[in-house]
Amino acid sequence: MSLLTLFISAAIVNNFVLSQFLGICPFVGVSKKVDSAISMGIAVTFVMTITAAVTFIINNFILIPFELSILQTVSFILVIASLVQLVEMFIKKMSKPLYNSLGIFLPLITTNCAIMGLALFAVQKEYSFVDGIIYAVGAGAGFTLALVIMAGIREELELAKVPKYFKGAGITMIVAGSLALAFMGFAGLI
Amino acid sequence: MDINAILISMVSMGGLGILFSAGLSIANKKLYVEEDSRIVQIADELPGANCGGCGLPGCNSFAENVVNAKIGIDGCPVSTEDAVAEIATIMGIEAVAGEKKIARIICRGGNDETAKKADYHGIQTCTAAKLMGGGEKLCNYGCLGFGECVDACPFDAIFMTENGLPEVIKDKCTGCGKCAEACPREIIEIHPISNKLFVLCKNHDAPKIARTVCTKACIGCQICVRAVDEGAMFMDNHLAKINYDVFGKHPELPTEKCSTKGLVIIEHESQPTEQISI
Repeated sequence: MSLLTLFISAAIVNNFVLSQFLGICPFVGVSKKVDSAISMGIAVTFVMTITAAVTFIINNFILIPFELSILQTVSFILVIASLVQLVEMFIKKMSKPLYNSLGIFLPLITTNCAIMGLALFAVQKEYSFVDGIIYAVGAGAGFTLALVIMAGIREELELAKVPKYFKGAGITMIVAGSLALAFMGFAGLI
Repeated sequence: MDINAILISMVSMGGLGILFSAGLSIANKKLYVEEDSRIVQIADELPGANCGGCGLPGCNSFAENVVNAKIGIDGCPVSTEDAVAEIATIMGIEAVAGEKKIARIICRGGNDETAKKADYHGIQTCTAAKLMGGGEKLCNYGCLGFGECVDACPFDAIFMTENGLPEVIKDKCTGCGKCAEACPREIIEIHPISNKLFVLCKNHDAPKIARTVCTKACIGCQICVRAVDEGAMFMDNHLAKINYDVFGKHPELPTEKCSTKGLVIIEHESQPTEQISI
């Protein structure tokens, strides 16, 4: 599989949020404004990419040689948690408004299953180092794409006449469902 | 399984942990953000229960908002006046302590006053009793008497009297409103402590029915409404209500005219003790 197909596959066809339903929490939580959706997407993409690199190294140079693959999950969680801490400190230092708008969802990247899923998929599919990183960037781009589309729609929804009983969470779920249906159209592309 | 596998996994995981923690502590030094020291100080003064009574996610967030002047220093409904004064000193502004609020039980229909329509042996909570035919008392508006408010109170400020009515301990009550939320009949209201005049009844029944279900019910005779200034009290479906905005704090009190003595002043010096307690 060429790197381009790998990227498109991870970003669109097997979109982490809309096709594999991983990382739904920030998808609903941080999709109120396009700005913060983009920032969240970038933060997640960054964490994903570094995670893919570090977990590849740990898996191939520590876990496999010592036959410790049972410790995969534990060590990956360790990597993700430390990385998220790092990103949090970095964002707090660089941009306080961004830190405030991401709020509780930033530390929650730690428990975001999209990132854990990515680390485990990359190991499962036995990607090489470069493949893994492209896969991670693609997955991050797909996550950002889903968040931004959702945020765009929800910004418009603020102005739309939504039936009273669908307001808030109800219409959000309906939109998320329709988006997932739309992404089903990409199935079988690759 | 030999002991080596355990050792190797311990060493490798421990090594990874130490590596990451070292990285993070370096990052913490390099990326340290100077925060306003007042945030920590204010957070220390707050109750720290993260109850959300102020409308913010927690005590820390409240402290941050106080420092940024987005919320008043008295925005925490649970803080004692001393704590508010402390926060004021930290912020360097004069203490304008918010008026203390207190929960008031707006019902006097205890076991002696209301007749029973049935014996209830179901789950002993107010909500369950309300669902099950409205409890055992005849009054469809009053206290159910199972003490859900007592359980809801985080400060042990409510207890049930022998008469089967809840009573608020004035000194312990912080006015957080948990009891008012818990009560399925909504007979607990949170009032500023300066509101001392109450119609202690929630019964909207027509006079004849109200008289039969409870001896202390408001029978809608309107004597009180006619006795006070226009707009200070009003009738709402056979129940007299007080308009606290219009009433003022020291009104002419028509309490002695109330035929069922449901209209009372709480904690008023000149009142006999019988009316002081609720």
